[in-house]
Amino acid sequence: MIQIRGLKKRLGQKQVLDGIDLDIQKGETLVVLGPSGTGKSVLLKHIIGLMQPDSGSIQVDGEEIVGMKEHDLDEMRKRFGMLFQGAALFDSMTVGDNVGLGLREHQRLSDKIVRQRVAERLEWVGLRGVEDMKPASLSGGMRKRAGLARAIAMDPQFILYDEPTTGLDPVMSDVINQLIRGLQRRLGVTSVVVTHDLTSAYTVGDRMAMLYGGKVVFSGTVEDVRTTRDPLMRQFIEGSSEGPIRPV
Amino acid sequence: MTSEDLALRGVNFLWRRFFNWVAEVGRVTMLLGDTARMLIPGLGSFRLLVQQCHAIGVGSLPLVFVVSLFTGAVAAVQAAYQFSSVVPLKFIGSVILRSVIIELGPVLTALIVGGRVGASIAAELGTMKVTEQIDALRAMAINPVRFLVVPRVVGAIIMLPILTVFADAIGVFGGWVVSVTSVGVSTHTYVTGLKTFYYNKDLFSGLLKAVFFGGIIGTMGCYSGFATEGGAEGVGQATTRAVVASCVLVLISDYVLANVLFRFIFAS
Repeated sequence: MIQIRGLKKRLGQKQVLDGIDLDIQKGETLVVLGPSGTGKSVLLKHIIGLMQPDSGSIQVDGEEIVGMKEHDLDEMRKRFGMLFQGAALFDSMTVGDNVGLGLREHQRLSDKIVRQRVAERLEWVGLRGVEDMKPASLSGGMRKRAGLARAIAMDPQFILYDEPTTGLDPVMSDVINQLIRGLQRRLGVTSVVVTHDLTSAYTVGDRMAMLYGGKVVFSGTVEDVRTTRDPLMRQFIEGSSEGPIRPV
Repeated sequence: MTSEDLALRGVNFLWRRFFNWVAEVGRVTMLLGDTARMLIPGLGSFRLLVQQCHAIGVGSLPLVFVVSLFTGAVAAVQAAYQFSSVVPLKFIGSVILRSVIIELGPVLTALIVGGRVGASIAAELGTMKVTEQIDALRAMAINPVRFLVVPRVVGAIIMLPILTVFADAIGVFGGWVVSVTSVGVSTHTYVTGLKTFYYNKDLFSGLLKAVFFGGIIGTMGCYSGFATEGGAEGVGQATTRAVVASCVLVLISDYVLANVLFRFIFAS
């Protein structure tokens, strides 16, 4: 499980995270909701050690990762998979090399096995025969799925999703949501999904947390979200411009 | 605004500039340190190094060819003009050879490669930075310095001397073409001139400079790329910064190396 306590981070003049407390239980999918610019992606980057907080603690299965040495962080990161907002595929490499990069770098596997694994993971996300294509020639949805295949290539225990459905059409969004759900069932991983897409949140989430003003202002199950009277949460799910949430 | 305010603002501005400059030097030094630390693991990926050597070296050949050819040709024209009735033309080969291998070959090659390769490294890494590809590498437990910087810096260090040898040869050839066709010197005279004042240490010092220039170009390209902030505009700025920094540092280090090499090491 992942345990976050009192996480604070200031970027420039802005206090982006102002004391975040969150628990992500083993095997569950936690959706982190919130308006744009509330530090959801920053939170994800802290969980995988891409950013270091000003103060606070993040424990992954009881191990503190704040202040961890880069070498030990790398060992920790091998247990994670991350899907970036724009997929962040390496555009100098083919899709196959992208998906197989972690395997080639970290595991001494034969070329044949790597290629088999790459084809298998691409098939899991519904892509076939794209190994030799460059990321630039893929559509947005295909890129996201290739990014997902890369994230799961190393059989991670944790998957972090940064806005997995942003910029996709509704049908493709559902494809991605079903994939996230399916992977959850297939791999039993612990996932954190950052999104402001409510359809996606309801489909993939076991629990939801809402980030606003650098703090977790609401946390509960999907059912709690539907029935909540919390004004911040209500305004967000109703998508109203009237209420306590002020657009930045 | 009083003159006192103006003076204060001026001092403040200069102080901030100086502070930023010192911070920048510190960050480049840290990148160099990381590169040195990652050198051995980075060279483990031999394929990446070969790719970079190809991109830096083979890709620059046509440009280096043209520039060196004309450099040698201009050197011949200038030498003939300045020699006129003062120095015998039999020395034209000596002058061209020494100016090309000591100075023109290494420095012009570094400036061209600095423009071409420095810009392309900064643009590539800068784009990777703003599209989160560098973060993705780190998230996959792959050290970006090992994976991206080491092959580029080492590739530039290997390829610059090789390109310089090529540039030297083409420069001397360009000088020969002009000497024979328009200055009126025979091939025999030109070649004798080449041999008369040839010293190994001249060639060696030129190549040693090229090694340093390669390091500068690779490092500044990578540093600017990694320091990119923002979107397309940031990538543009990073590219410009890489080229300007490479060229200025090449010229400054050329002066420093010239002093070290010719006043101390090869002084005799």
